[in-house]
Parts: sequence; C-alpha cells; structure tokens
Amino acid sequence: MLLGIKSDVAIASRTKSIAGSVKYLFDDAEIIFDDLRMREGGKITFELLDSDDVQKVKSLLQKEIEGVTLTQNGLRFTLAMTPDEMARTKANAISQAVDTIRNRLNEFGLAEPTVAKQGKDKILVEVPGIKTQEDEQRIRELIARAAHLQLMAVDEGRIARVSQMTPQEAKQYGDVILPDVNTPQKYLLHAIPVLDGSMLTDAKVGFDQNNQPVINFSLNGQGSKIFGDFTAKAVGKRMAVVLDNKVYSAPVIRERIGGGHVQISGNFKLSEAHDIAIALRSGALLAPVYIMEKRSVGPSLGADNIKASSLALALGFILVVIFMFFYYGMAGVIANIALVGNLFLILAVMSLFGATLTLPGMAGIVLTVGMAVDANVIINERIRELLHEGKSIAKAVEEGYNKAFTAILDANVTTLIAAVVLWAYGTGPLKGFALTMGIGILASMLTAIVGTHGIYQWLMPKMDRKRLKYWFGIQTEGVK
Amino acid sequence: MELFRYTKPLSLMSKSRRFGMLSVTLLILSLGLIFVKGFNYGLDFAGGTLVQVHYKTQAPIEKVRQALANDKAYEGATVTYFGNENEIIIRTKKSSQSLGKDMGDTMRERLKGTGDFEIRRVDMVGAKVGSELREKGLMSLFLAILGILIYVSFRFEWRFAIASVMALVHDVTIAMGAVVLFGIEVNLDTLAALLTILGYSLNDTIIVFDRIREGIRSSKASDLGEIIDESVTQTLSRTTLTSLTTFFVVLTLFLFGGEIIRGFSFTLLVGVIVGTYSSIFVASPILMWLGFSVKDFREKEAEKLKRDREKEKLRAMYENGTI
Repeated sequence: MLLGIKSDVAIASRTKSIAGSVKYLFDDAEIIFDDLRMREGGKITFELLDSDDVQKVKSLLQKEIEGVTLTQNGLRFTLAMTPDEMARTKANAISQAVDTIRNRLNEFGLAEPTVAKQGKDKILVEVPGIKTQEDEQRIRELIARAAHLQLMAVDEGRIARVSQMTPQEAKQYGDVILPDVNTPQKYLLHAIPVLDGSMLTDAKVGFDQNNQPVINFSLNGQGSKIFGDFTAKAVGKRMAVVLDNKVYSAPVIRERIGGGHVQISGNFKLSEAHDIAIALRSGALLAPVYIMEKRSVGPSLGADNIKASSLALALGFILVVIFMFFYYGMAGVIANIALVGNLFLILAVMSLFGATLTLPGMAGIVLTVGMAVDANVIINERIRELLHEGKSIAKAVEEGYNKAFTAILDANVTTLIAAVVLWAYGTGPLKGFALTMGIGILASMLTAIVGTHGIYQWLMPKMDRKRLKYWFGIQTEGVK
Repeated sequence: MELFRYTKPLSLMSKSRRFGMLSVTLLILSLGLIFVKGFNYGLDFAGGTLVQVHYKTQAPIEKVRQALANDKAYEGATVTYFGNENEIIIRTKKSSQSLGKDMGDTMRERLKGTGDFEIRRVDMVGAKVGSELREKGLMSLFLAILGILIYVSFRFEWRFAIASVMALVHDVTIAMGAVVLFGIEVNLDTLAALLTILGYSLNDTIIVFDRIREGIRSSKASDLGEIIDESVTQTLSRTTLTSLTTFFVVLTLFLFGGEIIRGFSFTLLVGVIVGTYSSIFVASPILMWLGFSVKDFREKEAEKLKRDREKEKLRAMYENGTI
C-alpha cells in the first residue's frame, strides 16, 4: 500500500495548537485580548486592548513559542510560522506518520509489517499475512484513524441556536459545529481546544458501570494542570470529548477535576474500543493519509500463483541442467554445480535483503540464471575450440578461461550498469527486479569464473585427452 | 554431443542488406502499431481498480454486471472471465483514496447474493502514481542506455557502443510491437519483461562484439566483413545454445506458469527470438555501416601498445636509476 500524506493539514493543526498555547499564556498572564483567530498559511491574528501589554506580549511569545514571527499593526498583531518551521512541520508530519503507523501495526500484533518513507511525501506500508478482506479493512481503518483527540468547551451562550447556524456564522464567533458520533445532534464548540491528544500519556480499554467498553486515558503533568484549571473555571458548563471531529460525549462539569484522568464513552464495540485505544496510545497523525496505490493479493492467489510459476521455473531449470550434462559431459556437470550454487547465492542474498519474490523479481532470476548458463557455455565452447586445435587439456582450460573472461566481464558489467541505474531510479517492483539482477550478475561471475575454475584445477590430474567425450562431450574423431 | 562444427566461416555479411531490410520492415510495422493502435495500458500505468473474484461454481457474470450497473463508483467497469469460468476480473478506471472503505469493501457488499464467492485480489492505483511511474521508468531507461554507451565506448570503441544500443532499441521496439499486436496489457510485469529483453539482448551483442574485437587483433584477414563472418561463426554455437536454453525456460514458463504470468512470458519469448536474431544479423552490420575501420583500430591499438611499452621502459630506467 502506498500512502500519500496531506501535509498542509499538519500546518493547520500546528497553527491550532499554537493558538491554543497563545490563549492559555494570555489567560495565565492576565493579558486582555480580543478576536484571536487562525488564518490560512500558518498565521494567527489577535488584538490587544491595552497598549501597556505590548512589551509583555512580545517577550512572552518570544520566550514560549518557537518558530514564529510577530508583526504589529497598531494594536493588531499577526503571529506567523516561519518558512523553516512550516517545512519542519511538514517533514515532521511524515516521519511521525511513519512511526505512528508502525507502532499501531506492531501493537495490533501483525507479523513483520513494513512501514517506510518513500520519496518526499509518500509512505509505503506492507502487511503480510492478512487472512480475510474484513481484517484488511480493519487494518486500513486503524492506519487511517487520525486519532486526533480534543477536549473542547461548549459555547453555552450560543448553542441554543446551533441548528440554524451555518459553519461560516459559527466561524465568526470563533466557534465550530461538530456532530455527535451516534445521534444527529450537533454541538457548538469553541474552535480552539482546551487541550489535545499531544498531552496524553496512556489510553486503555475499560468498562463503565453498565459494563460497556470505554477508553480511559491519562494526561501528562502540563495537561493535568490545564485540565484542572479549566474545569475549576467552568463548573456547571459542558465540556466535549472530541475524537476525529466527532463528539463522543459532552458531560456537565460538576467540580474541578484533578489527576488528569478522562474517560471516553460512546457505545463502542469492544474491537473498536481496542483499536481506538491503540491509535490514541501510538499518537495522533499530524496530517491525514490517503491511498495512492494499493495491491492486495489474497493468500490463496499468492500461493496458487507462486506455485505454478515456481514449478514452471523449476521444470525449465531441470531441462537446462539435463541438457548441459548431455551436451558437455563432465564439463556440463561442473557448469551445473555452478548454476545451482548461483541460484542458492541469489536466494540467500535476496532473503538477506528481505526482498519478496514478485513477478519482476522472478524475471530477474530468469535473466541471471540465463546469463549464468551463458557464462558456462562461453567457457566450455572456448575450451572445446582450443581442444580441437590440439591443445593439451591444461592449456585449453587455462586459455579458455582467459579468453572467455573478457567476454563475460564486458557482458556482465554492461548489464550491471543497467541494473544499478534501474535500482537507483526505479520504484517498488522495478527496484526488486534490478536488485535480483544485480545480485545474480555478481553471483554468476563469481560461480562461473572462480568457482568452476577451481573445480577444473582440482580434477585436472584425472583428465586425459583420450576421454574427451567423457570430460568435454567432444566427438573424438576429427580432433588433432 | 556436438551440434555446430564449421570448418569454413559462414558468409553472412554479404547478405546483410536482406536482413537490414527485414529489420527495417519489422521496425516500421512495430512503430506503426505502437503509434496507431497504442499501448493497452494496464492498471499500473493508467490508474484504476482491479478486483479479482473467485466463485465456487461458474461465475454469474451477467448477475455481476447487473449488480454493478447502478453504482456510480463502478461506472464503465468491465467484467471478464480470467483463466477459467470460476474466476472473474472487474476493472474500472476509478480509484478511491479513502483508507476506511475501499472499492473492495463496496464490491463485497454489491456482490452479495450473486453466489458463493471470495475476493482474491484488490489492486488500486491512483492516476498520479501511474504517470509518475511512467516518467521515472523512461528516465531510468534513458540513463541506463547512456551508462552502457559510455562503458562500451571505453572498453571497445564508440561505433561498437552505438551499434549495441541500436540493436537493443531494435529488439525492445519489435517486442513492444508484438505487445501491441497481441493486445497484451502493459503493466509493471510487461515492463520487467521488456527490461529483461534489454539485458538479454545486450549480453548477446557484447559476447559477439568481444569475439570481433579479438578477431580484429588476431585475425589474418583485414576486411571487417570477413572478420565479422569469422567471429559470428565462431560464436554461433554459443549463441544458439544459450538462446535455446533460455527459450525453453521461458517456454515452460509460458505454458505452465499460469494465466497471470502469460503476458510476461509471451513478451519474453518474442524478446529471446528477436534478441538472438539481432545479435547475429543486426548489430554487426551496423558496425560496418558506421564505417568502422579495422586498419585504424589496429593502428590505434599498436600506438597504445607502443606508448605502454615506452612508459614501462621509462619506469624501468627510473627504477634502475638511469634517469
């Protein structure tokens, strides 16, 4: 699965979190301000009412918030993210998404998921061993879940009119309209959240008094303090627990809540509560992801298919081995040893690289086995030629290898060049093809040139020119 | 066993005009097919969704068509048998970006009631990915060819480089022509097959060229045509043997490898035949037409040898302390 990432959203959510901090800092320092808004392109604007606060605001923002620049126009201020900060936020969103997705899949208990960044803004996810399509859907939902938790204050003054209000109107008041997760009810909430999931330390599935699954989560020190302060001030008002822009519950605050323990209830199924808890624990996705490419091969298809093509390949390979034996005699057997060695080398190195056997990968093997056969054929043909010329076996083998060497070297190096370029520039399956091809070429040069040469040296004392048919498959008549 | 014994070089270059005509005709036909009929781009390059469904009994293809007819997400979808009558493939140009519920999930709901089925494969490629893949593929091909040109120029001579690349383009073009002619879907597997042909053709050509290079250095003949005839004849047994073994491996893959691999193995089959033909009859004549001169090459080699000897002499003198 190849995922794209909407990194612009990361900027928006970073802006939101900056706005939240600004609000908290100003409230804390008792600075009176008005009209705090988030704008497009990572900007926040606000207005001060008291010009005595200007110096205080400047030093406070400079000290507490990083990566922003403040510009002033009378008492109106604009706080903008620097281009560096925006780039960092985007890059961060991707690497964070990679980590988060990996954590989620690991916690889900899947066998060896691969999650890797690809190119500048893509994420490659590979999950082997999914049995049914229902499971696959559940995993996709787990990956996609933004798990963006927010605790938001209900706008008690205006909520009565929420059913007539347009989103634009709500925006004018600095509010946002969000739906309930189970009922058609809508809530009017202050757009800047009290706090969000970044201050969460743990999330677990639990059960409420009615034995319904709920999610309990804990906040860190700072989060607990903000939460405690807020609940103390807002007794009698409602606070909404919002997950991925849906309101799960909006209980009335009865008293200050310390300790930082919060519960989400929302008529969950147990599996759903379990998945949400995983998602919350592994952190929110800073930016949503979407599918660019997806390939799924059902286990049965994969098995059928690989079986058929592996069988065909094996059959072809055996034919080649038999042919080499009949055509070249013992020299053919030596070549066959090299071929089998070569095949094992390729498979060993491939499993070392963790490459999966795909169709293009198989093509790479066919090509390299073909080239390995070729290398042996070249050597054997050369030796035969020299034997026909009447050279001694030792001399023919020696010279045959020397002369075959340049041909094999040049042919393999040119193909290797193509493999390296394809590996560097290709994507996905092409990379696999190039990798197999590259490994195969190196393996075949090793086995054909060094390996078989060694076997010849070892057998040399036993070889004699009277039995050329046995050793090299040459008809003895007509040989000098 | 020995199949090829030639006491006299075959006279091939004298017939090179005829092979040239054949190649040019094949090339023009292939290019015509590619431009007129065009590639049948598969999922990988065009984007879209492919769903493979397996039924326990014969697939109710009409029912499936009806079930999808009213769904906007499957507008213009085609439903065809795949391999046997229990298996169908549904293709559409559309894809969805949503992770939560994808085309496979909606398909499962749509097909409820059409029989006992199992969804075996859901492949989805966004349109943007497809075009990016095409660009990157072409770019890598171009760079690979450039790298080969440089290496062969360095190891042989620039005319050898041009000739090997021309033979390579010749093979890949004709294989592409065959792909278009038989309506084989162009996807990543087909591309892998074309690349394999490229590697194979290159390998073949370089082996023959290596022999020609050797022939230029050692042959008594000084006419390039004669040297080429000698070299091609000497490598003929190797060329045929290797081609035959590869051909049989690919043939078994084509016959027994299953439906899914058929397009891939067919392309390879064509490539092996064309590649063998071109390394014998196309690459070497190009060398002649490019005006390669045996005399110049020998002189250059001799000069190089002389320079090397002088260098060595100087070094020997230096080491002996005579300068």
